[in-house]
Amino acid sequence: MAKVKKSLPVLKKAPTGIDGFDQITNGGVPQGRPTLVCGSAGCGKSLFAVEFLIRGAMEFGEPGVLMTFEETADDIRKNVASLGFDVDKLIAEKKLVIDHVKVDRAEIEENGEYDLEGLFIRLGYAIQSIGAKRVVLDTIETLFSGLSNQAVLRSELRRLFYWLKERGMTTVITGERGEGQLTRQGLEEYVSDCVILLDHRVIGQISTRRLRVVKYRGTTHGTNEYPFLIDEEGISVLPITASGLDYEVSNERISSGVDGLDEMLGGDGYYRGSTVLLSGTAGTGKSSVAAQLARATCARGERCMYFSFEESPAQIQRNMRSIGVDLAPYVKKGTLEFHSTRPTVFGLEMHLVRMHKLIEDFQPSVVIIDPVSNMQNAGTLEESTNMLIRMVDYLRKNNILGFMVSLSGGGKAVEATEEGLSSIVDTWLLLRDVETNGERNRLLYILKSRGMAHSNQVREFLITSQGLKLVEAYLGAEGVLTGSARVAQEARNAKDLRKTEDEVARKKLAYEHRRRATEAQIEALRAGLMAEEEEFLRAVEAEQARLQRISTDREAMSRSRGLASESTAPKRRR
Amino acid sequence: MMQRERSQYIDSTREFEEMLKTSGEQHYVLRLYVTGTTLRSAKAIETIRALCDDYLAGHYELTVVDIYQQPTAVQADQIIAAPTLVKSEPLPHKRLIGDLSDRDRILVGLDLSHETLEHGEDDE
Repeated sequence: MAKVKKSLPVLKKAPTGIDGFDQITNGGVPQGRPTLVCGSAGCGKSLFAVEFLIRGAMEFGEPGVLMTFEETADDIRKNVASLGFDVDKLIAEKKLVIDHVKVDRAEIEENGEYDLEGLFIRLGYAIQSIGAKRVVLDTIETLFSGLSNQAVLRSELRRLFYWLKERGMTTVITGERGEGQLTRQGLEEYVSDCVILLDHRVIGQISTRRLRVVKYRGTTHGTNEYPFLIDEEGISVLPITASGLDYEVSNERISSGVDGLDEMLGGDGYYRGSTVLLSGTAGTGKSSVAAQLARATCARGERCMYFSFEESPAQIQRNMRSIGVDLAPYVKKGTLEFHSTRPTVFGLEMHLVRMHKLIEDFQPSVVIIDPVSNMQNAGTLEESTNMLIRMVDYLRKNNILGFMVSLSGGGKAVEATEEGLSSIVDTWLLLRDVETNGERNRLLYILKSRGMAHSNQVREFLITSQGLKLVEAYLGAEGVLTGSARVAQEARNAKDLRKTEDEVARKKLAYEHRRRATEAQIEALRAGLMAEEEEFLRAVEAEQARLQRISTDREAMSRSRGLASESTAPKRRR
Repeated sequence: MMQRERSQYIDSTREFEEMLKTSGEQHYVLRLYVTGTTLRSAKAIETIRALCDDYLAGHYELTVVDIYQQPTAVQADQIIAAPTLVKSEPLPHKRLIGDLSDRDRILVGLDLSHETLEHGEDDE
């Protein structure tokens, strides 16, 4: 089976070199066949076609012919010079031919039967002169405005497509979008093997460019609308894989930059490549936590990218310096990059594409998005959620730690983010403030942190001039004690402790006294005992001495009676 | 022929018309682009030759270009269709596309008014 499958001819594809487009189409446009790129005015179709041609010549060694019906060769040269393409060089190297076909209605008069052989010959000659593999026709419908014989034009264009196909030219034709159909003439989409629709939509005053592969004969392709971007490097399409849940995970940990927080997260911080959400109400110090993370990342020698949607880079740096976090050296060193934009500058998709591009270029290990909550200004809530989910997918896939800051609105449940991000993040930190005794204090706790032992405790979160500090909060009768209440409690505790210490010392002293007294008593008793013993020994001695004396006396008496030798016998007998 | 015309100057209107004529009798540079020896090409060549002889005898230059033979000329002269008749002189530029089957329209297209035709007929 496998062998049979292998031997089947597979549709060959010609890479366009356009960022992301080749991923969507699994390789590019169909090789040797015509592809239609259509869209309304200003959607970037000509740029798409020209980029396909130039990149083909520069990157894939396939020379190309650009037959332009609208812009002159000079216009094209200028247009793409801004993208860094040197058309003249390509022309000199015989990698590119630009043929401007002028169709001037005022000059032309039709008289009888004709065909478009002139066009064929021009194209054929241009192809032959450089051995072209790629052809761009931009935009053939200009012919329809210059010539009035529709029947001839249609049959000739049809012939042109077959002619190009026969020669194995990978062709891109552009077409203006018509009403109710993809092109005005309704011709190009039928003769093309692949149709790409470009769109430039404005919703809520924000424009987004989108690309969709409408048709692609003989191959599978992504059918979604993909946002794309035109910038100084040409077109980039954002390939959003439908469900990218097959990424590798890392067991490596990354410090959060806040000592106490690392401890709460099992001692080591976040997982590399995980997604962290920090939500909190206004003024709870969310950005400060983010800045600490940025500093810690850069201090390790890794790169960090900071997307700010509220503050300018200078503002962030100034503000963070006030809490002792100096980010300027890292910015200077190039390991930290700030990108500040208003969310409403462009559509969400554009934001996403732009962020992708920046991340791709910079290759950071940590990406901070501060805040994600106002992204919905650039679209609807649902769209911003979708966008963030895709962002998270992308970051995870690239093993980048995503740190997202979310502002939760006052009065709403803090445990619910508006963005609906809660289920996709790995670690969720919550900052909240408590108002007691006329002051507001910050609290931090970990709502969840997948795959690691984490503290269930609420910590008081202090913003000091030396950075952030996490202090164990006191649990009192009325709940958690923070701020001055905590300080008071601490003082009270210290007093209590002192009191206890005094007590112990006093007790110890008393014991010492008693011990000494007892010892003295023991000494006295022992002394008495010794005295008694002495007395006793003396008495024993005296008794012995007395007995000795008695026996001596008796001997002396018997001796004195003269019976010294026998004296013992009668005595024993007795 | 030229001298006879010049002597006929009478009034300003006449003079103006004469000037138009003389401008009409300015050198005509025509190029006809054809595709080899197809029927259409042959028909176009035949038509334009006859027409030039009738109207522009002596002051025209007609070049027939076979685009198969000279592909570079096609780009230089912005040819897309065949046959194409290009009038590069006198101004304005004009290009007639097709096998030139409508004689009246060629005359209009080439700015050869009917007066010229009448004049030509007078000549004979």
